[in-house]
Amino acid sequence: MLIFTCPCCGERADETELSPGGEAHIERQSVESSDEAFEGYLFIRENPRGVHFERWRHAYGCGKWFNAARCTVTLEVFGTYPAQTMRPPQDLLDHISQRRPGWTWRDLA
Amino acid sequence: MSTRLATGGRLIDRKRPVEFTFNGRRMRGFAGDTLASALLGAGQSLVGRSFKYHRPRGIVASGAEEPNALVNLGKGPRFEPNQRATTQELYAGLSATSQNHWPSLDFDVGAINAALSRFLPAGFYYKMFMHPRSFWKHVYEPFIRQSAGLGKAPKDADPDTYEHFYAHVDLLVVGGGIAGLQAALQAGRAGKRVLLVEQTAHWGGRAVTDGARIDGTSADEWVKSAVQALEHMENVTLRTRCMGAGVYDHGYVTAYERLTDHLSETEGPRHRLWRIRTEHTVVATGALERPLSFAGNDIPGVMLASAVRDYITDWAVSPGDRTVVVTNNDDAYRTALAIHEAGLQVAAIVDARPAPEGALVTRARELGLPVLTGKGIAKVKGGKQVEGVAICAQAGEGSVLQEIPCDCVAMSGGWSPVVHLWSHTGGKLIWDAERAFFRPDPDRPPLGADGGAAVTCIGAANGHLRTGEILSDAQAALERLSGEAGAVPAAEDPDEGAMLPVWMMPQGAKLELRRKMWLDYQNDVKVTDVQLAAQEGYESVEHTKRYTTLGMATDQGKLSNINGLATLAQALGEDIPQVGTTTFRPPYTPISMGSIAGEARGELFQPIRKTPIHDWHEAQGAYWEPVGHWRRPYCFPRQGESHEEAVAREVKNTRQGLGLLDASTLGKIIVKGPDAGRFMDMLYTNMMSTLKPGRCRYGLMCSENGFLSDDGVVARIDEETWLCHTTTGGADRIHAHMEEFLQTEWWDWKVYTANVTEQWAQIGVVGPKSRAVLEKLGGMDLSADTFKFMDWQDGTLGGFPVRVFRISFSGELSFEVATPAGQGRALWDALLEAGAEFGVMPYGTEALHIMRAEKGFIMIGDETDGTVIPQDLGLDWAISKKKDDYIGKRAQDRSHMTDPGRWKLVGLETTDGSVIPDGSYAVAEGTNANGQRNTQGRVTSTYHSPTLDRGIAMGLVLHGPDRMGEVIEFNKVDGTTVAAKIVSPVFFDPDGEKQNV
Repeated sequence: MLIFTCPCCGERADETELSPGGEAHIERQSVESSDEAFEGYLFIRENPRGVHFERWRHAYGCGKWFNAARCTVTLEVFGTYPAQTMRPPQDLLDHISQRRPGWTWRDLA
Repeated sequence: MSTRLATGGRLIDRKRPVEFTFNGRRMRGFAGDTLASALLGAGQSLVGRSFKYHRPRGIVASGAEEPNALVNLGKGPRFEPNQRATTQELYAGLSATSQNHWPSLDFDVGAINAALSRFLPAGFYYKMFMHPRSFWKHVYEPFIRQSAGLGKAPKDADPDTYEHFYAHVDLLVVGGGIAGLQAALQAGRAGKRVLLVEQTAHWGGRAVTDGARIDGTSADEWVKSAVQALEHMENVTLRTRCMGAGVYDHGYVTAYERLTDHLSETEGPRHRLWRIRTEHTVVATGALERPLSFAGNDIPGVMLASAVRDYITDWAVSPGDRTVVVTNNDDAYRTALAIHEAGLQVAAIVDARPAPEGALVTRARELGLPVLTGKGIAKVKGGKQVEGVAICAQAGEGSVLQEIPCDCVAMSGGWSPVVHLWSHTGGKLIWDAERAFFRPDPDRPPLGADGGAAVTCIGAANGHLRTGEILSDAQAALERLSGEAGAVPAAEDPDEGAMLPVWMMPQGAKLELRRKMWLDYQNDVKVTDVQLAAQEGYESVEHTKRYTTLGMATDQGKLSNINGLATLAQALGEDIPQVGTTTFRPPYTPISMGSIAGEARGELFQPIRKTPIHDWHEAQGAYWEPVGHWRRPYCFPRQGESHEEAVAREVKNTRQGLGLLDASTLGKIIVKGPDAGRFMDMLYTNMMSTLKPGRCRYGLMCSENGFLSDDGVVARIDEETWLCHTTTGGADRIHAHMEEFLQTEWWDWKVYTANVTEQWAQIGVVGPKSRAVLEKLGGMDLSADTFKFMDWQDGTLGGFPVRVFRISFSGELSFEVATPAGQGRALWDALLEAGAEFGVMPYGTEALHIMRAEKGFIMIGDETDGTVIPQDLGLDWAISKKKDDYIGKRAQDRSHMTDPGRWKLVGLETTDGSVIPDGSYAVAEGTNANGQRNTQGRVTSTYHSPTLDRGIAMGLVLHGPDRMGEVIEFNKVDGTTVAAKIVSPVFFDPDGEKQNV
């Protein structure tokens, strides 16, 4: 039973208040995209052992989507941040580097 | 024979005798007894039969670890199997029966299995019941069914109530022994919000029974003053009869409180499941004593040494007149001393160690108790009761040196810390070779959300077995956690010598002895079973567990696990830590299903959503259909009418006169804002931005994968506002879909959404007389010229504020009238009254479905199943060619989606007028690679049409629209087929004349 702090309303939200939304920072591909790019958008996902960036919705709270950085092995939560961004905030990336030196995720490190 | 002692018993109240029954026999105990102590006090040492061999079983332990004394409790609807007699407190009128025997506890036919035990070794299921195949159904399975399962399931609904309770604390302390009390004291003084739970009814744990000395006083006194101090702290909550059941991620812990199990007369909830969020968990769950593996160690009268002194000291019960104590450590000498002090006889202390020399050993010798060193028990003599033991050298193979008559054996193989809660979320263990147990590895704790340790074990649970060590460990841990210093209580401990790991007694026992050494009492797993598994190639402890069923009984191997894996390690020639332990999973001991369900039973299991008109439907005796979380009337049967007849009546009446439909469940979502039009064009396949205010348009929504996900009528309210109708079950899902794209994709678009489904009651007024009834209510101009098909307008009807949509899902002249939810019922009543002269009748969802099918309208969930795109359904007209993009557009361009071989929607008319079975497939020539008949289509909706008085259906068929008039075969359940002609899906009024009036 995970706990995330919702960056929108500030509540520490129990997992039962949240709905999961899969991987974060996936760029929408549409009519002009190649088959390969569109397949990547719909189906190809990271499956990391360690640092991961995910989308969650505070569905039974404020209703807002947010992103979370989490360790898939220990379930350590590195931080949460609003969904309205293309890239995790730098201070979060720095914090992850401190906790997991040498980590990588897609093109982040 | 066990019996009650004349004096003593710190937990019982001799002034309050308590009557109870066991197997129908009236017995008497005292207030403060457990069922186990009362049974022993009444001389009942045989309490059950084992699972596989139906061996006689007696009480082994005195607490939660008891594997044998499982009984049926209660009667009728309160009947409950597999209850541990050792944790059940006695109350007046308690009724218990033994289980797993036939015809009686004393004489059991199934015990023949014991004689056959050589033929029922580990994995015998897999070996024996393979051949011949035909035997499985008629011989093997009935035999296994008959013998499988401990106890019987209750037959009636549980009349008791249960509840969940939420708690948020800084520190949860599990275990109310001296370690837990000391931890709570320290944390409480530091101002933490503390919850301390203890699974038994008493504080203090073993220290009190064993007469430890703390701060110059007895443990009993120290515990009393500690509890008193804690009770005075407002920030500390104390609970007895409350077991820490499971530790989960991020500080979520469940505790199981038994509120009324110890009472005759009960009121209120029986069990309470605590759902706790804690910043940190302190596990002070103590340690459990291990049995020793010697031949006949399962005969009633063989007990754990600690249990023997518990029964004597706590409940004044003598487990036997003459007891042999067998041990590999000093602690069991406490039992010998307790037996002696109670005036009972210690026949011998059989110590596997060659030269024991602790203070307790010296004391026993001084009292003249016979101590045999370097010796073991070769075997226990007796059947349903211990009659004596044969003594051998521990170092040998079991040659009998002497026989000692006795009626009780108190055994101690050492202690194992209770590390379950530490391990539930991944805390790791290290093997302590010196003391022969696994204890928590402080460097690899279970982790919390911040990546730090979430759990700390203290005291015996952390591997400290002596009073002084326990208290200083608790104090040190809490000082680390609370950041405040405090004082450690002083304790006096006698010097204890080292224990000697003993995994088999004697160490070189011959096969005939090993065959009688029990590891798992409840599941009848013996040393030879584990050795056989190892011999057959089982190396992993997890596999061995499943193959032999070691530790898989209701006690989850609390007594057997360490002995079992040590036996496996020896058989494999490996070290114990290499073999490792099986996984510890919650709950620590079984908890009731009722407590897990809590209040979520009956009407509260899944609350039903009700429309403003629900009560009227109920009063009319509507036959309900669940739709999402709603209940909708399927039909309104009249007296003596079948559902089919009612549906046919409702359809005909609507087509010929006037029908009313409660359409309030229809999803209603407002989309509003400067960018709402742009957003609507992305949501729907159609062009919605060009819709004029005052007009409606039918629209389709797809997922990004291109599949049709929902449909409904969209009304444009004003320049910036659209109202989207969704399917009944789809409102929440579609609203979430909208929000997901608005918040995570197009977050710079100025659009707001609101799900207003329950703000409105909506009534379908349907049929040729629909205009007449609304005009009779009066207040709006509804004439065909001014209020056209697919128009909507706000106004007043019969005094009700309404929004009327002229739309039709039936093909009839039809108005959907929405009014604020609070006035929905009144409007419904007004329509019924006004409609009486037009023969008004309400209709249900089945009539709705039939009428839409007669018109060839699709239904989400019938014609769609998550693999169907709008193009499959001939809905190309609803897909805008002008738009650059919409959700699902790119996906529909993929080669598989544009494949001309996709099955397409057609109508189907059986040649004999019958109804094609639901789910039927259109068969084709030949078979596929799996030898199954090829198919060329399937039915998606199929009904008997009362209007046409024949079977009609819709289906998806290969090249269907190009094959009009062709007859194809659909399979039936009986193996035959039914012929159906491919036709247009619009069966009724193809030119739409009925709705254009």
